[in-house]
Amino acid sequence: MKKLMTGFIAIALVSALMLVIIDRLNAAQGYSGADTLTVYNWGDYIDMELIDRFEEETGITVIYETFDSNESMMTKVQQGGTTYDIAVPSEYMIEKMKEEDLLVELDHEKLPNLKYIDERFLDLAFDEGNKYSVPYFWGTVGILYNPEMLPGKTFTSWDDLWDPELKNEILLIDGAREVMGMGLNSLGYSLNDTDPEHLQEALEKLQTLTPNVKAIVGDENKLLMANNEAAVALAWSGDARDIMWENEALDYVVPEEGSNLWFDNMVIPKTSDNIEGAHQFINFMLDPEIAAINTEYVSYSTPNQAALDYLPEEMVEDERFYPSSELTERLEVYENLGQEMLGLYNELFLTFKMH
Amino acid sequence: MDNKFLRNLYMVPYAVWIIVFVIAPILLVLYYSFLDIHGNFSLVNYERFFTSVYLKLTLSSFWYAFLITLISLLVAYPTAYLLTKTKHKHLWLLLIIVPSWINLLLKAYAFIGIFGAYGAANNFLEFIGIGSRQLLFTDFSFVFVAVYIFIPFMILPIFNALNSLNPTLIDAANDLGASRWTTFSKVIFPLTLNGVKTGCQVVFIPALSLFMLTRLIAGNRVITLGTAIEQHFLVTQDWGMGSTIAVFLILIMFLIIRLTGFRKRGA
Repeated sequence: MKKLMTGFIAIALVSALMLVIIDRLNAAQGYSGADTLTVYNWGDYIDMELIDRFEEETGITVIYETFDSNESMMTKVQQGGTTYDIAVPSEYMIEKMKEEDLLVELDHEKLPNLKYIDERFLDLAFDEGNKYSVPYFWGTVGILYNPEMLPGKTFTSWDDLWDPELKNEILLIDGAREVMGMGLNSLGYSLNDTDPEHLQEALEKLQTLTPNVKAIVGDENKLLMANNEAAVALAWSGDARDIMWENEALDYVVPEEGSNLWFDNMVIPKTSDNIEGAHQFINFMLDPEIAAINTEYVSYSTPNQAALDYLPEEMVEDERFYPSSELTERLEVYENLGQEMLGLYNELFLTFKMH
Repeated sequence: MDNKFLRNLYMVPYAVWIIVFVIAPILLVLYYSFLDIHGNFSLVNYERFFTSVYLKLTLSSFWYAFLITLISLLVAYPTAYLLTKTKHKHLWLLLIIVPSWINLLLKAYAFIGIFGAYGAANNFLEFIGIGSRQLLFTDFSFVFVAVYIFIPFMILPIFNALNSLNPTLIDAANDLGASRWTTFSKVIFPLTLNGVKTGCQVVFIPALSLFMLTRLIAGNRVITLGTAIEQHFLVTQDWGMGSTIAVFLILIMFLIIRLTGFRKRGA
């Protein structure tokens, strides 16, 4: 019995010691300090030197964490635990987070630099009046192809993918919205269509594409396209840009029927305990010079109109990544279709994958 | 009194582990499977499972898992048999097990390189005059890589069974005039059947729900139940349907363990 008591006391002591250590560690990492800011962003999606500069200018210590999908980001914010002050979700996720009441309303007076954002990218359906979000980067979905592997072949329309000459050459994105959206767009429907008949029609059209599909992949498409494993890929413009640095033979096109316009946006989650600092951070990132430095690093398209002046001309004048307003008008932003519709999209996509 | 108390105390870590990490998750999965996407209690997910999409999915998962298990067995049994005949058998066994210490994702990426259009496999085919062809994103490459990954798990139990086989039994069979084939089919194989069963369970069950390889190596041209579960949890956030598929997987696994189960031998 005596031994047992000593055992219990030992366990209690160890537990107490661990509590103290955890507390110390948290303090050291700044989780409980007042002048810290926790930024939650996609991997490799900011020029880290800008973080140093922000810390120098404001005296706020930044803790930088990354995520790899909107869904995992939302789950972590929902769980609480970490006091995220800034997050960078895509547009459809903002609607969801709004519904779940996970976002703090922005105080526009503390964001004077918001005036530099191109008007095309403000006040969009997913967040009217930019009450909760500020665009960070934007882009399109299009066709990335290798002209050297396909002499004489040009792409202007989604239907060009159905060319029998492209047998077993196309890589698709493993995403229901992207692939179903491509099917809908090629039929002239909106990629936010919710009419089950139109969706069925899109599925049937997509199934005729099967002989041309080499694989349906995720991020590996970067590696595969860079190594000439396939001649054509459905791709996000940001990824396309990255791959084109690696393999200069490649070209990128946004089909004329229209396509998806996407945004990643800065928001302040409800978990924030430094709302003042978060506004400072957003405003800092909106500064044209800072935005330009960041854009040169990330190489996605910036929504910051004034930043374009600081960027190299060949980057800004590249119509593939900074399309004219004529084209952007034909592009559509994904709307949150509700879980039931998303379920249908996914089931159809699953059917397509099973062919 | 002290003794009994201590014994119960030793049980605590085991009981806590089983309750928290085995029983609770299974109950949670079962509970979620009865929720529709609005969080209402319903059987709609079970109805959906019996539609053509999910039934076809189940069939194709079964087919590929069966192929993977069969090929693993065909390769593993002779290998294990040869291993027991070698001089340094534990060293050879170790060499077979070592690759399973390497991260699965890393191995999958390596195979993307090997099977690629300009990869080592195609260079070899070119060299021996067959000419290069598409290897990546085919059924062949998927089954090949899956077999490669699972084979150590098939060899180990068979090796153990063969290794503990009493050699005098084989001598006896020889002395009594059994041919080599009869010795194998009447003596060796029945006595190592438990090893084979364990190996098949250890391979078949995870093969049913493989999902990463289906995308990396098969380019989603092979779809398994694992793919569907992943999609429901990560993309549609329809945890109910994902859990329902998981419930069916658990049921299937119980069934398989029953079917390949060990018969209790009387003393």
